Amino acid sequence: MAKARTQLPKAPTGIQGLDEITGGGFPKGRPTLICGGPGCGKTLLAMEFLVRGATEYGEPGVFMAFEEAAKDLTQNVASLGFDLKDLVARKKMVLDFVYLEPGEMEETGDYDLDGLFIRLGQAIDSIGAKRVVLDTIETLFTSLPNSHILRAELRRLFRWLKDRGVTAIITGERGEGTLTRQGLEEYVSDCVILLDHRVNDQLSSRRLRVVKYRGSTHGTNEYPFLIDEDGISVLPVTSLGLQQIASSKRIPTGVARLDSMLGGAGYFRGSSVLVSGTAGTGKSSLAAHFADAACRRGERVTYFAFEESPSQIMRNMRSIGIDLDQWVQKGLLQFQANRPSSAGLEMHLTMIHKAIKSFKPQVVIVDPLTSFVAGGTETEVKTIVVRLVDLLKMNHCTSLFTSLTLSGGLLEQTQIAIASLIDTWILLREIEVGGERNRGMYILKSRGMAHSNQIREFLLTDHGVELRDVYVGPSGVLTGSARLVQEAQEQAGRAVRNQEVERRGIELERKRTTLEAQVVALRAEFAVQEIASKVIIGQEQAEEAQLVQERVDMGLSRKADTTPNKKNGNSK
Amino acid sequence: MKTKSTKSAKPARPKAQPPTGAKVAKQAKSDSIILRLYVAGQTPRSILALANLKKICEEHLAGRYKIQVIDLLEDPKLARGDQILAIPTLVRELPVPVRKIIGDLSNTERVLIGLDLLPRK
Repeated sequence: MAKARTQLPKAPTGIQGLDEITGGGFPKGRPTLICGGPGCGKTLLAMEFLVRGATEYGEPGVFMAFEEAAKDLTQNVASLGFDLKDLVARKKMVLDFVYLEPGEMEETGDYDLDGLFIRLGQAIDSIGAKRVVLDTIETLFTSLPNSHILRAELRRLFRWLKDRGVTAIITGERGEGTLTRQGLEEYVSDCVILLDHRVNDQLSSRRLRVVKYRGSTHGTNEYPFLIDEDGISVLPVTSLGLQQIASSKRIPTGVARLDSMLGGAGYFRGSSVLVSGTAGTGKSSLAAHFADAACRRGERVTYFAFEESPSQIMRNMRSIGIDLDQWVQKGLLQFQANRPSSAGLEMHLTMIHKAIKSFKPQVVIVDPLTSFVAGGTETEVKTIVVRLVDLLKMNHCTSLFTSLTLSGGLLEQTQIAIASLIDTWILLREIEVGGERNRGMYILKSRGMAHSNQIREFLLTDHGVELRDVYVGPSGVLTGSARLVQEAQEQAGRAVRNQEVERRGIELERKRTTLEAQVVALRAEFAVQEIASKVIIGQEQAEEAQLVQERVDMGLSRKADTTPNKKNGNSK
Repeated sequence: MKTKSTKSAKPARPKAQPPTGAKVAKQAKSDSIILRLYVAGQTPRSILALANLKKICEEHLAGRYKIQVIDLLEDPKLARGDQILAIPTLVRELPVPVRKIIGDLSNTERVLIGLDLLPRK
């Protein structure tokens, strides 16, 4: 959106995340002020801006250091993978160390900073520099007298830099109540970036804020950033929002019977899944199944482990028949193991962001989320988890978080802070019955799908998580040996029933046979009777005919009346 | 040090340094004070500085000094090589230690203090 409008031309910093916050980089051809306390990364940010400019954007740069000697500087940034010597040799960069006499110089009258101008101009011209860094120009105030002149001269310097069209970074130490000790922010008014290095509960976190950016929209929050072997990466949190497109595709959980519990197809792609439960209920195993299944499909998985080392996880998962080694070797599975206490929450978030950006996984596992957020207050934790969930959704990662609940407490209550963010929540619990602990699993919620409401018992076998059939007894779901007993009983009962059914079947058959035999017999009898009856009828008919004939014959012989009856009556 | 100074003085001479300066330099002895004045072009301030410098030298260091005027506009690289920021800057090359004072040299007392010719307060 920002790009559609005509905005200031910008010089991309090439620093992960910073360009997103600033909408493309620092104002091109203008000075930018970077301020912050000691050790907050000002010099490094400025240096990375130059190095990226020289190597990625074809803009050579001049680094004018007022504090560090060029040699020290080269060594310091070499640890971040910047080879300044090479850049200088290739005429991509000029390193100029301004040596300031210790103590103030004797001032004998009016002066100006033409020496500095000439020196800078010479450096810019020698390589055609487009970017300039003045690293803590404020130190001039400690060695040059008469701050009135200095101020005027600095003002002239910034104007001069603008006229020359170079994109400049001026660093300044944070002062009390002001952004910089000498109030440089008054002169450099185009873009001001504030860096901060805070320590909370002995955990440090670095933050960056765009204080102002004239003529451009920019993110206004404090953004955590990270300095590691690849330089600086900033986590652009505001770019996150509820704009993700929900996929209706489903991906299997890695446990076939769990898939059927989730409407037959598993999780939604890009959804967030929480697996919570007390200690030893098999949360990590479920996570490993999911990871394994994803790798099997050829997807990439990043596994953030906060409690166990990768090799420990792999060893443990081997015991339930999941071989994660192979996926690591094939480059499909990446472990990121960190102690939660190694950095502040935001640092972890930034690290996760960076890992996701570089590895681009489809599936992300955070194991366990609870230790990741341990130590923060509830609000803090919630903010972080919201960011984390958003971040993963933005990157279309299907994420599975495990979460440890303390036994004794209400299972649902402990995660109240994050419950509303989760799409699918699987609860693992121990079921203690008859002197046994067994593992049960149920789906507390699963947005957008018809899911099973049953509590299922599952076993951790040498070939993974196995859901058992459900046996419901008078007191709920039966587990462990109670289930086995019930299973046996049901089997016995089934056998009895089967025999009964068989017996009845046989009896029925027998009846049918008998009945059918009877019917045949009756039919035969009837047939015989029928024939006999017909014979009798025939005989009787023949007899009748004969009788009539005889009577006629007799009448003829007696020459009687043709009507026998009349004749009979007459005779009487 | 010496070769450098002669080299660097050359380009500056035709413009920034009037003939008197060359004469003065010739008069200098081996134990003399070598002073270098860095300017950037013929600005009123640099002309004033040079005039002030000559006056002070004649008054306090007659015959013992040598002045080189270096115009950074003509040899910009020297700004970096000699670590010059402020203009005008006066550098006392010899005797060691090197002293730097800045400004147009209109405050004579400070110039003398800066050149170790007067004790610091």
